Amino acid sequence: MIKQTEGSQAVAEAVALCRPEVICAYPISPQTHIVEGLGALVKGGELAPCEFLNVESEFAAMSVAIGSSATGARTYTATASQGLLFMVEAVYNASGLGLPIVMTVANRAIGAPINIWNDHSDSMSQRDCGWIQLFAESNQEALDLHIQAFKLAEEMSMPVMVCMDGFILTHAYEQVDMPDQAQVDAFLPPYEPRQVLDPAEPVSIGAMVGPEAFMEVRYLAHAKQTMALDRIPEIAAEFHEVFGRDAGGLVRGYRIEDAETIVVALGSVVGTLEETIDTMRAEGVKIGVLSIRCFRPFPMAAVRAALARCARVVVLEKSFAVGLGGIVSTDVRLAMVRIHVRGYTVVAGLGGRPITQDSLLRVLRLAVADELKNLTFLDLDWDIVNNHLAREAASRRTGPIAENLLRDIGASAPTRKARP
Amino acid sequence: MTMKKPFAITLDPGSSLANKTGAWRTERPVYVDRLPPCNAECPAGEDIQGWLYHAEGGDYQAAWHHLVRENPFPAIMGRVCYHTCEGACNRGQLDAAVGINSVERFLGDEALKQGWQFDAPELETGKHVLVVGAGPSGLSAAYHLRRIGHRVTVIEAGEAPGGMMRFGIPKYRLPRDVLDAEVARIAALGVTFSYGEKVADIRASMAEVGADAAYLAIGAHIAKRAFIPAKDSAHILDAVAVLRSMEGEAPPMLGRRVVVYGGGNTAIDVARTARRLGATEAIIVYRRTRERMPAHDFELEEALEEGVKVKWLSTITGAEGGTLTIEKMVLDGEGRPQPTGEFETLDTDSLVLALGQDVDMSLLSGVPGLVAEDGVVQVDAATQMTGYPGLFAGGDMAPGTRNVTVAIGHGKRAARNIDAWLRGEVLAPKVPKPVAAFDALNPWYYSDAPKTLRPQLDIARRTSSFDEVQGGLTEATALFEARRCLSCGNCFECDNCYGVCPDNAVIKLGPGLRFEINLDYCKGCGICASECPCGAIEMVLEEG
Amino acid sequence: MTQPIKFYQTGTFTVGNRLLPEDLRTVQSSEARDNSLNSGHRACQGCGEALGARYVVDAAMRATGGQLIAANATGCLEVFSTPYPETSWQLPWLHSLFGNAAAVGSGIAAALKVKAQKAGQAQSTIRVIAQGGDGGTTDIGFGCLSGMFERNDDVLYICYDNEGYMNTGVQRSSATPPAARTATTQPLGPEPGAEFGKGKNVPLIAVAHEIPYVATATVADLHDLEAKVEKAMSMHGARYLQVFVPCPLGWGAASCDTIRLARLARETGLFPVFEAENGEITAVTKIRRPVPVDDYLRLQKRFAHLFGPKGHPETIARIQAMADKNIKRFGLMAEEGAA
Repeated sequence: MIKQTEGSQAVAEAVALCRPEVICAYPISPQTHIVEGLGALVKGGELAPCEFLNVESEFAAMSVAIGSSATGARTYTATASQGLLFMVEAVYNASGLGLPIVMTVANRAIGAPINIWNDHSDSMSQRDCGWIQLFAESNQEALDLHIQAFKLAEEMSMPVMVCMDGFILTHAYEQVDMPDQAQVDAFLPPYEPRQVLDPAEPVSIGAMVGPEAFMEVRYLAHAKQTMALDRIPEIAAEFHEVFGRDAGGLVRGYRIEDAETIVVALGSVVGTLEETIDTMRAEGVKIGVLSIRCFRPFPMAAVRAALARCARVVVLEKSFAVGLGGIVSTDVRLAMVRIHVRGYTVVAGLGGRPITQDSLLRVLRLAVADELKNLTFLDLDWDIVNNHLAREAASRRTGPIAENLLRDIGASAPTRKARP
Repeated sequence: MTMKKPFAITLDPGSSLANKTGAWRTERPVYVDRLPPCNAECPAGEDIQGWLYHAEGGDYQAAWHHLVRENPFPAIMGRVCYHTCEGACNRGQLDAAVGINSVERFLGDEALKQGWQFDAPELETGKHVLVVGAGPSGLSAAYHLRRIGHRVTVIEAGEAPGGMMRFGIPKYRLPRDVLDAEVARIAALGVTFSYGEKVADIRASMAEVGADAAYLAIGAHIAKRAFIPAKDSAHILDAVAVLRSMEGEAPPMLGRRVVVYGGGNTAIDVARTARRLGATEAIIVYRRTRERMPAHDFELEEALEEGVKVKWLSTITGAEGGTLTIEKMVLDGEGRPQPTGEFETLDTDSLVLALGQDVDMSLLSGVPGLVAEDGVVQVDAATQMTGYPGLFAGGDMAPGTRNVTVAIGHGKRAARNIDAWLRGEVLAPKVPKPVAAFDALNPWYYSDAPKTLRPQLDIARRTSSFDEVQGGLTEATALFEARRCLSCGNCFECDNCYGVCPDNAVIKLGPGLRFEINLDYCKGCGICASECPCGAIEMVLEEG
Repeated sequence: MTQPIKFYQTGTFTVGNRLLPEDLRTVQSSEARDNSLNSGHRACQGCGEALGARYVVDAAMRATGGQLIAANATGCLEVFSTPYPETSWQLPWLHSLFGNAAAVGSGIAAALKVKAQKAGQAQSTIRVIAQGGDGGTTDIGFGCLSGMFERNDDVLYICYDNEGYMNTGVQRSSATPPAARTATTQPLGPEPGAEFGKGKNVPLIAVAHEIPYVATATVADLHDLEAKVEKAMSMHGARYLQVFVPCPLGWGAASCDTIRLARLARETGLFPVFEAENGEITAVTKIRRPVPVDDYLRLQKRFAHLFGPKGHPETIARIQAMADKNIKRFGLMAEEGAA
């Protein structure tokens, strides 16, 4: 059914169609509308039987999810940003225990300084946590990925994070095609746990494993994710059969067949990039965009195959490893190890900084001309940065960077004087 | 459903049994049976804790059978035994000692009521033992010898069995029907009794009946005299004669004012008897103080309740007509009475001397190897055998405290050693088990339970009749009292060790079978031992 | 005669007693007990927590007919019971993290509720316990615990209180008593050991949540402990049981004194044993044999600095005052002449 709705509401409805049995959540912007929507569906009896728990923290949310998933219930939660970080210990634990929890991450920056707007810092901080990470380009895809995520998670006995850009997707009203229950039921079988807490067959889950077996356990987790690389495209194909739509898979290329320059990106920015590419193609630039839809497991072979014939790669990412540079770029470079292409990293959109067509055109043109620096920060205000660096060069003790920057742009309260 | 368990993270239940934690142990718990202090104290060697164990469960018949393995007279014991066991009872340090004596009496009375009999001997040995004297010691020996399977003949000088139990202990303490019934049960075992026959020459008597061994227990019946200058008119009697005449046709004529001279239990028995015979005044004259009196304080107390009076620190120095001369005494530094030279007089109708008894050893004359010293026959303390092989002696005529229970103990010891001697063996001395002292217990676990007091006859009837003074317990109160037993040093299957082991390393073997340590898993923490209420577990160092 | 026949030598103080009717004996006295925590676990000699855990879980197993799932916090109990490749647990058991056992329990309960609804049942026949040490409960797991309480999730949470972080090498927790030596409260300075005026009383905080049931118990009174577990399992909603479990290693006590110490903690008044329902204290276990705190403290090396020539009698007096305050506050002393 085609409907005009908010991204969060679309996801809520899609999740509900998956018949989750336990939902637990702690509110954090920009995830709130998703769980509010689900809460209403449960409270209104439309989603039943389902337990909706208002927990006291994200740590508890993931912990409740661990308990319920281990007891054989299809379990869902959602979070973002600080919330994801607050539950990190349990996030690792869920994957270590092999529990097929599905979690939406409404991607948002991480503080300090506190910032509620979109980037991918939160999900990227968890790229090594053992979860499958899927990134949605649009609300339709976000909706579709959740349906696929439950199937994938439960088949692999592994948790799946569906990442969608906070506000940009979660709060955007778009037209989506909402499947009906019969379609989802046809695609997604009831949850059959591989291991479950059951008095009829008691097991101890969560043993302490020492040096004698820990390496093997970690390798097996890796091997399982590697197996998911095969299963993810299959599930996307099965999804296409039932729903008649393309969604998911490992990567998706746009105009890359003859591209000399390929921009690699994740999430909603891919849509913006497609328009930019169209503009540049119209100018005769052989450029395309590669959307990484599955970031973990990292589709090394698919990325390599997509990039094999181009001359240069620009990774445009909404994440940033302080002290290093790009995060996605690092992985993409690994895929480029034996193919001789030039690589550029463009860090963009941190903390919700708009990524405009103009800016994209500017950096991509520089890239195509091989005039781009290896690491570029899109629309960085160099005046502010240089001011601060100069100040710091003069004195080692200049106070908090954030407040100094705000003062530079005239948005700060008067600086507190040091006490005598 | 069979789970696909993730490697290492998910494990099968209870698989830790593969880890034998017993290897950590440096000490191991060992179940022991320590000697309860009551048992250690009992002159008759009763397994008190053992029979109380059955009584606690309400199986009085089993309790009685267990009891009479050591002592055939529970009904008598329950009345006349001075129950030193209760003085040793660890429960005394908690609230009050277990009323062992009252439970014993209950069992004894219950046996008489129910007509329980001793188990017949399992075999006949063909040996014959002569027992001289049917007092407590002789009867005890006869009983034990017969149960072993020996033929036993008892020759008694008196006209009825019981010895001092009949001729020394007043009826109000030991009703004669109880005595008769418990003796009859021994006779029913097949012991031959001969009354009114005095053995003049033991070796001749043995030859006459064809005895292979003999046990002498003729008691001490000759009253000691004190030198009291007395004129003819003074009415002076001895305690033994007075108490014996109570068993005769006519009661002794003591008069309205009676003075008893002495400080032992016999003196008190006489004074209390005098009150019952109508004496308005019964006065005990004793040369020392109450604290130093040999008589048991509870007997004195009962006597005082009945109106008996005592003149402490007094000796009788003369008697003329109805007047006694009394000299006041003081105790010297060593507690001995010394004359003061202060005199007073005391009017009386009769004076009864209760100054102790001597043994008539005439039947032993000419027996080689026999040694008589301090007025008693010397015996090997471990066997009761005299210097003459095959001739054993005990009771009041042998060294030891003179009371019924000690005499019964002598009889048992003699019987077992006679049996060994008849088989040409010597009983190996028993290795004494360590006594379960109070500090070996964990008294926390015992419920608070005050001692049950036995009913006593009211004073009016105590001074006007020879009815039994002390009553018995009911079934309910006897059970309660039995359950006050702490079972010192002996497992009573409270399940504590089984429950408190953090390693489930105690195996419960089932009712009556106690427990076993599973050394595969016992880490030797010692909680079972420290939480055992009765001290029946000991921690022992592991070898190596 | 107040109890002419109903007297069983050890009454209900021992684990069992051949004289007691079966129904008055403890679960632990039974040869058929579950041994939910089986032999072969790696707890130290005389571990109070191992004992307490078997007591509680066996009782809960009995109460639920074996229909029980446990969530377990990280800590000694988890480490000594489930080192790969062996587990000592005989019931479905899940260890997730140090600070989330209560929330994991909530999740299990939620899953069971939905499964029951799907099976057409009003409530699940399978019940949930969550358990942890005092660190996992009163400190790092406190948020999840409070959340489980306020949502009234159908979980019995059991805190095995051994007054410190024993698994990590005996550090102070918010359940460590004043003056106790731990690796982070050394017996140094003017106020040696843990400081006075710190720490929290989680049982009372639980009571303040007005949850259906809160109780404290010790490994020294098995009948009381089992009765509380049974009662807790007869109820639904959030329930909390704090069991006092001495730690021979962490307290510097003899391994054989574990139960003795638990008994003394109660009898001194330092560990009040009580029950509360829906925010009201409904019962206290009276002190049976009053003892001064000295008797308890002396058995433990963690208090050794209080004794001897360089001791701190004034500190002992402060601890005694704490016990006296408990006695007064909870009414722990039996009335004169009663019982």
